[in-house]
Amino acid sequence: MSNVFSDTFAWLADPDHWSGSTGIPVRLAEHLQYTGLVMLIAVVIAVPVGLYVGHTGRGRVAVVALAGALRALPTLGLLTLFVLLAGIGLMPPVWALVILTVPPLLAGTYAGISSVDRNVVDAARAMGMTELQVLFRAEFPNALPVMFGGFRTGVLQVIATVSVVAYINLGGLGRYLFDGLVLSDFPQMLGGSLLIAVLAIAVDLVLALIQRLFLVRGAARTPNRGQQATVDLTDPVTAEPVLQGGTS
Amino acid sequence: MEWFLANSGTVFTLAGQHLVLAVIPMVLGLLVAIPLAQLARRSSTLRAVVLTASSLLYTIPSLALFIILPTVIGTRILDPLNVIVALTIYAVALLVRAALDAFDSVDDDLQQAAVAMGFRPLARFLQIDLPLSLPVMFAGLRVVSVSNISLVSVAALLGIGNLGMLFTSGLQRDFVTEVMVGIIAILILALVMDAILVVLERLLTPWARAAGATPAGPERATRGSAATVEAGA
Repeated sequence: MSNVFSDTFAWLADPDHWSGSTGIPVRLAEHLQYTGLVMLIAVVIAVPVGLYVGHTGRGRVAVVALAGALRALPTLGLLTLFVLLAGIGLMPPVWALVILTVPPLLAGTYAGISSVDRNVVDAARAMGMTELQVLFRAEFPNALPVMFGGFRTGVLQVIATVSVVAYINLGGLGRYLFDGLVLSDFPQMLGGSLLIAVLAIAVDLVLALIQRLFLVRGAARTPNRGQQATVDLTDPVTAEPVLQGGTS
Repeated sequence: MEWFLANSGTVFTLAGQHLVLAVIPMVLGLLVAIPLAQLARRSSTLRAVVLTASSLLYTIPSLALFIILPTVIGTRILDPLNVIVALTIYAVALLVRAALDAFDSVDDDLQQAAVAMGFRPLARFLQIDLPLSLPVMFAGLRVVSVSNISLVSVAALLGIGNLGMLFTSGLQRDFVTEVMVGIIAILILALVMDAILVVLERLLTPWARAAGATPAGPERATRGSAATVEAGA
């Protein structure tokens, strides 16, 4: 087995694989580009809806049902369906990915807003804030850490799923896996897999760093289980964003 | 529908393979996660290590893991064992956290009362901690069950038999019906597994149904969301 490792290392170290239109930097850029596009669209859809549901409590049942049903939807099935119905191109897989990414973002936003201490919300209202001010000055800042957790989960899930997108003739690091599979070129497959794994872990570390630097401030630095509004751990929607990561 | 009737044999065979690939890792994951969680509860350092390691493992995309594993454990690339090991790793990652939360959810007073009544550690674990942590544990199991069933289909890209095959062959033959049947079959599988887990939970926690007191609170919430999942799918 050691020769597979040295072959993979040789594949990764080969300067030919680091230049040109199928080189690692280009594939990496494509991977991040798809991820960014999907996240942008998904955030624009999920965050406003999540804020609305979290603030008013209206439509909670629908959000829980949607998140549960969409989680059971197989990534690969949705991708192939969209490609068959809408044709090959950039947008069909992107929309399929958006559909898969909205639920964790929505759940994170909703869980974040509803985890804010009710006393804080009541105090904000008692001080004479309008509903919009309550939402954006009291609830939103307090909910940000939990919301960002949902965002992290979403990003990782998209990075993972974008590797599958290569199966339907798009770029990204997943290309190495499928090109390698066709050619039975195991070092190429393993090299590509390692790159994807490293990318996922690196992005997660960067996001964790951002979270630590910018989001955990003041009272949130010492999270006190007793003072938080009770999060129902048996509720699948709030239970899921607890684990940061994403795998598709 | 016609296609499904004509090929129902194949679909059921694939569904069987799919179920095996999804359920075995769940059971194995639970068997590894519970002792690990108990161990992690001993010290806060251990706890941090276990939690960090589990979220790190969960970060690795499944397709990449399916390909990396054969080199690590010495199997062939098309061996279904790779899928089982990979999904077990994810199940452990999810369930360790769920188990920790579950054991934390058991009332301290009850544990102290059990100690005062002379329960030995193992008996206390089996008769007090484990049963009372079931509602939270089952919430974790249900997440694992759904995500496993969805993840197994990715293995079809490498040619490992399961319902995901319907997607790859549907795409190659430009045949939408086959893909639709695959999606619906996977949704049904996920739904049936979820229903089984809910029933199992109710059977294992009879006190939660009987008492209207404290344990009924979270239990009712679980049942509520389960009903809505069914309605939504």
